[in-house]
Amino acid sequence: MIEVDHLTKSYGQARAVDDISFTVEKGEILGFLGPNGAGKTTTMRILTGYLPATAGTARIAGFDVFEQSMEVRRRIGYLPETPPIYPEMSIRDYLGFVARIKGVASADIPGRVDQALQLTNLFERQHELIKRLSRGFKQRVGIAQAIVHNPDVVILDEPTVGLDPNQIKDVRKLIKGLAREHTIILSTHILPEVEITCDRVVIINKGRIAAIDTPQNLINQRQSGNQVRIAVRDGAEATADRLQQTLRSIEGVNHIDIGAVEGADLLTATIEVGGGRDLRGEIAARIVNERFELLELGTINVSLEDIFQRLTTEERSEVKADKEND
Amino acid sequence: MNGILAIFRREMKSYFVSPIAYIVIGFFLLITGYFFANILSILIERSIMAQMQAQRMGAPPDMDVPGLVIRNFVGVIATVLLFLIPMLTMGVYSEERKRGTMEMLMTSPVSELQIVLGKFFASLSLFGLMLSPTLIYHLVISFFSEPALPWRIIGSGYLGVFLLGLTLIAIGSFISSLTESQIIAGVVTFVLFLLLWVLDFGVRGASSTTGEIFKYLSILQHYESFAQGIIDTSSIVFYLSATVLGLFLTLRTIESMRWRRA
Repeated sequence: MIEVDHLTKSYGQARAVDDISFTVEKGEILGFLGPNGAGKTTTMRILTGYLPATAGTARIAGFDVFEQSMEVRRRIGYLPETPPIYPEMSIRDYLGFVARIKGVASADIPGRVDQALQLTNLFERQHELIKRLSRGFKQRVGIAQAIVHNPDVVILDEPTVGLDPNQIKDVRKLIKGLAREHTIILSTHILPEVEITCDRVVIINKGRIAAIDTPQNLINQRQSGNQVRIAVRDGAEATADRLQQTLRSIEGVNHIDIGAVEGADLLTATIEVGGGRDLRGEIAARIVNERFELLELGTINVSLEDIFQRLTTEERSEVKADKEND
Repeated sequence: MNGILAIFRREMKSYFVSPIAYIVIGFFLLITGYFFANILSILIERSIMAQMQAQRMGAPPDMDVPGLVIRNFVGVIATVLLFLIPMLTMGVYSEERKRGTMEMLMTSPVSELQIVLGKFFASLSLFGLMLSPTLIYHLVISFFSEPALPWRIIGSGYLGVFLLGLTLIAIGSFISSLTESQIIAGVVTFVLFLLLWVLDFGVRGASSTTGEIFKYLSILQHYESFAQGIIDTSSIVFYLSATVLGLFLTLRTIESMRWRRA
């Protein structure tokens, strides 16, 4: 449904979006994850036909976003970061107006508006002026205007920002519900959001794609380089050095990080195990054999948060390295 | 066409749900009504004086009272427009930019030209609504006028005022498209119109070549011939081309938003 091919957007020297490519299948929810200023909004604006790309192409439902902009605009619904509302209008009037400029035939407008109102749970309040609504309701109106013309693709820029936890839950449920009929791209810098709502994630940083996969795959990939965390009692014989030696002698251990918990007489070690092997038993046996007092042993669950942090900071250090090489 | 109509209808609605349309129209009718009555009473007084003088000294001087009324009245309308048009146009684009609705319009299947025209026709219609009640003044007078009112001169006078309003709206909308603040748009438009007014005073009666050039460029010079019943093609061309220029620049400003760093 959406094909993005080597898309680049430059502002003078600065590259806001740098050679990104991805595709989105029909009915999929794609999450755009990245720190603020990573190029999420710019990419979305290119897809909606608001900004022209510097290089590369993007196609929506087979239409080029630049060459066949009008065709594309008919097929997308877009919610910018701030909902584009006219405060002096009633919800119903506003949605009617949006439907009209999106090219919905006059006869179909009341029906389309009703449906959008129902999907966003705004039906009871349809005659209220938008300016009297709370932040959460305004956001719902924003989503309603993005779907009022029944577009193939819905693009939502930070749809849950500034909402309270209950409203966030509502909006997420709403987005999930829309996915059956629409293809959705949403951007966010809130990690749990993509884990909950999205089928696939694009992690974007400094205008480049750092990773692209399903949330679960991203987590699994990182976990295949299994991490085990242990804690032993710090004692006369149980020094950090000896612990390091003991652990290193185990086959399959890639990397060991030894730390100490001050005041608790604890030594901790984070052990990275290669090749997706489960070495917990072996580690336990070896540690006990060496007469350490084993207090804790467990695997570390990698969250998307860790992956995100790693990917975005790795990128940063790479960029730094690049600069130093220059 | 549907796009233009949709934009036009929304624009008209927003004029009338805010107090701005009522304030502007009400104020306009109040001021013009007051001046119309004033001009009329002054001219009637003057003509009575002239008649009394004539009784004493014979042969009264010719005095075209209806012509004078329309000429002075059109002048009043033109001046009031300089103050009121900025209020009509200041928010036309700046509010859309501030609210982020411009982005929605520009990602909808309507062209920039449709947006510009829809908004322009809306401002123009409001201007028409504001201007047309003043025709009642003439209608009332026509029952008592002897000789009959020169409707053709009134018509050409209103044509002049209409063309002036057209141009001012185009300029005001352009200024509104340049900023996100409707206050700035309003103030800049108002100051510019004031300058035009001052310029107009400066070039009145000037005869040098430079003076002639400024005279041609002065927006306020051109409606006056209309008020004398002369429909001057060069003035019509002047107003229409100024309007088209204003709309073209607005269009360009909106298009350029796509190329700027937001």
